[in-house]
Amino acid sequence: MDEPSQLRPATEWELQRLLTEATKTDMPIEIVGAGSKRNIGRPTNSSALLTTSALSGIRLYEPTELVMSARSGTSLARIEADLASQGQTLAFEPVDLAPVIGAEAGRATIGSVFATNISGSRRMMTGAARDHLLGVSAVSGQGTPFRSGGRVMKNVTGLDLARTIAGSWGTLAVMTEVTFKVMPKPEETATLIFLGLEDGIAIEALTAATTTPFEVSGAVHLQEALAARLWHEGLKAEKRSVTAIRIENFAASVAYRTDRLKDELKPFGDIYVLGNDSALAFWDELRQLSILQGTTAPLWRISTAPKAGPKVVAAISTFMTCHAWYDWAGGLVWAEVLPTSDAGAADIRRVIATHGGHATLIRAEPGVRSSIDVFQPLEPGLKKITTRLKTVFDPARILNRGRMHADL
Amino acid sequence: MIAMPKPDKSILRRRDAIVRELARLVGAEQVISDEDGRRAFETDGLSAYRCMPLAVVLARSTEDVRKVLSYAHANGIKVVARGAGTSLSGGALPTEDAIVLGLSRMNRVLAVDYENRTARVEVGITNLGISAAVAPKGFFYAPDPSSQLACSLGGNIAFNSGGAHCLKYGVTTNNVLGLKIVMVDGEVIEIGGDYLDQPGYDLLGLLVGSEGQLGVVTEATVRILRQAEGARPLLLGFDSSEAAGRAVSAIIAAGVIPVAIEFMDKPAIEVCEAFAKAGYPLDVEALLIVEVEGSEEEISDLLGRIVEVVTPHGPRVVRMSESAEQSAAIWKGRKSAFGAIGRIADYLCMDGTIPLGRMPEVLVRISEICAGYGLRVANIFHAGDGNLHPLILFNANDPDEMVKAEKCGADILKLCVEVGGCLTGEHGVGVEKRDLMPVQFTDAELALQMSIKSALDPQWLLNPAKVFPLGGAPSADAA
Repeated sequence: MDEPSQLRPATEWELQRLLTEATKTDMPIEIVGAGSKRNIGRPTNSSALLTTSALSGIRLYEPTELVMSARSGTSLARIEADLASQGQTLAFEPVDLAPVIGAEAGRATIGSVFATNISGSRRMMTGAARDHLLGVSAVSGQGTPFRSGGRVMKNVTGLDLARTIAGSWGTLAVMTEVTFKVMPKPEETATLIFLGLEDGIAIEALTAATTTPFEVSGAVHLQEALAARLWHEGLKAEKRSVTAIRIENFAASVAYRTDRLKDELKPFGDIYVLGNDSALAFWDELRQLSILQGTTAPLWRISTAPKAGPKVVAAISTFMTCHAWYDWAGGLVWAEVLPTSDAGAADIRRVIATHGGHATLIRAEPGVRSSIDVFQPLEPGLKKITTRLKTVFDPARILNRGRMHADL
Repeated sequence: MIAMPKPDKSILRRRDAIVRELARLVGAEQVISDEDGRRAFETDGLSAYRCMPLAVVLARSTEDVRKVLSYAHANGIKVVARGAGTSLSGGALPTEDAIVLGLSRMNRVLAVDYENRTARVEVGITNLGISAAVAPKGFFYAPDPSSQLACSLGGNIAFNSGGAHCLKYGVTTNNVLGLKIVMVDGEVIEIGGDYLDQPGYDLLGLLVGSEGQLGVVTEATVRILRQAEGARPLLLGFDSSEAAGRAVSAIIAAGVIPVAIEFMDKPAIEVCEAFAKAGYPLDVEALLIVEVEGSEEEISDLLGRIVEVVTPHGPRVVRMSESAEQSAAIWKGRKSAFGAIGRIADYLCMDGTIPLGRMPEVLVRISEICAGYGLRVANIFHAGDGNLHPLILFNANDPDEMVKAEKCGADILKLCVEVGGCLTGEHGVGVEKRDLMPVQFTDAELALQMSIKSALDPQWLLNPAKVFPLGGAPSADAA
């Protein structure tokens, strides 16, 4: 495929002009930040590529109000460095999808994080990217600039268009600026580890942990095949499944809560505790999706009820070889399967229909991604609303045409 | 007074036939058409505004809601969905030509799943009803608006309600996982479910806080959380609101996120103390209630950290709650503030949000604005998240004062927008702030929002005359 011409607006006005013109001439445009997630979703059939990379810079940072505004093309790395300098962080710890699809790590823009609503392990406790989004400035497909929300924590003035466009993968509007809530970085981190648990028992242990008052901020189970890919030498060397429970807080609280959890979870087996540095390294590599890298096997991201996680994986495993990493105490399943013509979509979607939830194909060859539904196909009622919203924001369907759904 | 549209006379003329048809659809015992019966639904928490509805239907099921909406849609009749009727912005105010669709009888808990940490409920349940249902197992539903004893989850969803403890736990939109919604044409749609992050566009995000403009929600799946081991409030009194504001900044800068940081100024303290006997200090200009959670040791540790970082800002009073009774009294005082102030005067409760850093300046300017109208004001403030509740005191029996109070409130909200905040943090736009929307939004922004309304409710039948300027409705000038 030839690289289409590249558009790089540096001002909101320029972006407005480009989109107005594109709508007029029916010119479909692929919207990207740094382009690190371009190979996720259905391939778009666009005649131009528009990047927000020139819309860069932090516009406001008030650590004592827990708020930051940045232009959408600002790199996530730059934002996290600024936050770290004040002892703060993004509570939803977005994972880096780039390295699992063969793109360069560490280049994602803040706009792309909200456009794809991508969150990490802490999402279970603190909410997703969209939960931290306070406001946006954006330009709709027909070139109308608009703001929604603002810089304050509570705001119910008018319809919540910020959340409406979060997670829309650039198909409704192009964000120019995002304002979001930030949080203090925890003083201390510890992690409880079980080794060699089978999936069902592991999820029971994680459920037991997340239903205590101890604010577990990470609850994962890595099947043996994936745990073997860990960078963490000590855990990798065990050659067993790894079940991990994270506690973050002030040091005294971490010590107290770790002890209480060890007590409560004793029935599930021997517990090892990773201290601060080791625990940070473990969770940091999960944020980089370390254990899903280095292969081109199809990768699914499945959201379901936590207790349904092992049932979903067991059901998928009756149809195909499947390696699973459970996050969110079982509610998020990363499933790596063997390559087939549909990446297992038909069987996986049937399993989801039984157990509830939704599945997105994160990694597959372009030919597969253009021939199946990469995102969960929508029920007719939802599809109708989705189509109407698309028509309001982008009537000519120029923005990332076909990326989420073939006909939108 | 804020203008309401003229009723559609052709609908009023058909009233008897409409009532008969509603009775046929859902059963006569669920339809209220007599004058005394309808009067109970003529207003909500914004009681200065009143209007008798065409008829009232008390739905018992999603099927009832579906039938009423299908019928209303086919016949061009407006519908105002109503939960407990506690809206402070007139969000449930009927119009004369509208059917009120009451959902308060749909108050069942359908399923609780402790392991998955979710509850499925009908939306007529009260906010506190959800927590009460799961409390025996040590769980709770986090958003806690002050009216939580009475207000319904449906109303909370419509207004994306918060509460004192949302600093830590978020507001309604952060705690809802799934909705069953009846669209204006009667189509029933399920959005999300018992898992995190719905597929496709964030329709939960769009619907929560949409003030009944886009559909009628009948069921919801909400997150429930395990209760903390304990919680304790700390009272901090200051000689000035500036000092209190600096103390709040210092707490957050220290990396401590309390579950709540509430602010009261002197007039509010006096009234609340007289009402609740909470032990609030009366010789300070500003009071903070700061609450932290955890085990006894954790609470002591956190309160110790807080006292340490606020000490340089000169608190005149530092008082930790010493018992569960005292903690309850401290919160009773705060949560009954509106009621307590209502005993001494009529009031208008504003709900703007401001960046915390602008608080001292904003409080001074609010005093000036109110003094300019010759009115008194008491300020209550969710200081952790910048949500300000100035209560403008006036005499409702004096029509001039009513007009003055409304103008005064509008000036305060314009000030909130001017300093980088917004018109409403949690009470919603409703009728009350409808005409102020152009202060916050451009014409193009309002047009975009209204085109979403038109896309999902083409005839603008749902909750008429709220949120958007009257000119936006397609048939605004008809009748």
